[in-house]
Amino acid sequence: MLRYIATRLAAAVVMAVLASLVIFLISALVPGDPVLAQLGDIAASDPATVLEWRAKWGLDLPLWERYGIFLNGLAHGDLGISIATRRPVLEDIAQYAPATLELATVSFLLAIGVGIPLGIAAAVWRDSWVDSAARIVSLLGVSSPTFWLAFIMLAIFYGWLGWAPGPGRIDPIAFPPEGPTGLFLIDAALAGDWEGWHDAAAHLVLPAVVLAAATIGLITRTTRAAMLDSLGQDYVRVARAKGLRAQVIVLRHALPNALVPVVTLGGLAYANLLAGAVMTETVFSWPGLGRYTFRSAAALDFPAIIGITMVVSATYLLVNLAVDLSYAALDPRVRR
Amino acid sequence: MSATQIVLMPAPRPRWRRRLRRYGPAWAGSALVLLWLLVALLASWISPYPPDAQDIVHRLAEPSATHWLGTDVLGRDVLSRLLHGARLSLLAGFTVVLLGAAIGIAVGVVAAWSRGLVDEALMRFTDLVLCFPPIILALAIAAALGIGATNTILAMLVVWWPKFARLARALALVQRSQEYVEAATVLGLRPIRILGRHILPNTFGPLAVLLTLDLGNAILTFAGLSFLGLGVVPPTPEWGSMVAEGRELVEQWWVATFPGLAILTVVVGFNFLGDGLRDWLDPKTRSR
Repeated sequence: MLRYIATRLAAAVVMAVLASLVIFLISALVPGDPVLAQLGDIAASDPATVLEWRAKWGLDLPLWERYGIFLNGLAHGDLGISIATRRPVLEDIAQYAPATLELATVSFLLAIGVGIPLGIAAAVWRDSWVDSAARIVSLLGVSSPTFWLAFIMLAIFYGWLGWAPGPGRIDPIAFPPEGPTGLFLIDAALAGDWEGWHDAAAHLVLPAVVLAAATIGLITRTTRAAMLDSLGQDYVRVARAKGLRAQVIVLRHALPNALVPVVTLGGLAYANLLAGAVMTETVFSWPGLGRYTFRSAAALDFPAIIGITMVVSATYLLVNLAVDLSYAALDPRVRR
Repeated sequence: MSATQIVLMPAPRPRWRRRLRRYGPAWAGSALVLLWLLVALLASWISPYPPDAQDIVHRLAEPSATHWLGTDVLGRDVLSRLLHGARLSLLAGFTVVLLGAAIGIAVGVVAAWSRGLVDEALMRFTDLVLCFPPIILALAIAAALGIGATNTILAMLVVWWPKFARLARALALVQRSQEYVEAATVLGLRPIRILGRHILPNTFGPLAVLLTLDLGNAILTFAGLSFLGLGVVPPTPEWGSMVAEGRELVEQWWVATFPGLAILTVVVGFNFLGDGLRDWLDPKTRSR
């Protein structure tokens, strides 16, 4: 088992380095010029300024030398300096990551909390109104444009009804909770600041629902299909012949066997939430990685883009590894 | 009635209700998709105004008899822009999915056929692209290439083909071990002919389902990139950028709401159609 994990981790590292090479080549080959994006038209019309600027950021070195410098930095845990914010990329990411992590985790819990029970209910009461309702919910979730859903939710619950607070992580006049994690819910709870906790939680509701919408749809569909499959198996018939109660058959016999595909999808969905936060964060002015990504892309800030891609790809790879390992816990046949 | 009874013995239902359940979504999906295709084709004829005609006096006018869906910040008719926007959305969706599928299927089928080193190299490359979060990679490439529909479509293509490569390879591997392929090999047919005339047609069903479902996905992604300001150059009517223009206008809700509804209905249409196709092609999931 340990050997398996070590092999997978080594493969993940190789993939991550190859991934960095791909992004690096893309950044070198595309026609967009960060000089123009950064200096603006007027400054960029002066050749001396441009040369000095390129030299300062090492853009005048040959490509392989730049990549060498980048790899060397990476080995020392350094992702370089962001061209737009003039700060180390790793610092930027560390600053913005907690906001995204908090949002994505709450969304994910919401998505599995709604999606799995809904999928089970749809499979158990197949072809009933519950099934139809689940189908409509998942269809709308998967088909709604995230950015539009965000607008609609803000317009209705903030603009019109006034039930929810506006964009942002906390009330603009409040001080953010101080704490070790950067996750406001946990920091506020640790500090015993319940007013701050409520503020942060209230601000989380709308963006979390918007971000969860598509994932709820995917998880509901997958759970339903997997449950239908395992409810049709012989052991369910046996359990029924033994006279077991419906809850026991559904929850103890059918559900554990249906969970394997759900966990696969769930793992991917969580990694996708981290990346998919771009739209949600933009509309909700959420100071997270998604908005940072968008701003870096718009500014052609390649050190930042490479840094984010590395971090998110690494998350992807780790989540996939965790998913594969969890099979062993869920399915005894995989254990050796 | 207890849950298990329903699980194991579905109550008999009237015939029309079963038919509606089985074919209803597919019909609704086809109707929606057909409707939007017609709109895209006929946009110039059915729009009440030209898409970029400005009526400065009636800026941000509410939906009314003269402007059914209201007007935007520049006094342009939202309905006319929405109808014209169907063109680009559908065009982008079809281009990305069809080209992405063509590239992916070519890679997957070649990999499955050659096995060995070529297979390994092709699939590792596919894995490499798949390990990037698609929206972030597309965002970075689209930003680097510059604003414009063609560049955005190119950026999407880079991240779009791998899933088709994986599926096509898996399907081709299954088909490869079938007896009819062996028979064709024994008959001395050339590999390219076996691939094109025998294997591809047999993998068509699952691919068609994925293609249809994916069209909705591609339209959503394209609209999303446009919303972020990467998709189209401003005066072009496009749904994602229309939502972006109305994003701050909560009072003038019609500016952002209707283009979003247009995206939603198109995507729902493709999803219904894809689900319907799957049920139709796969007897196992029928009546589920």
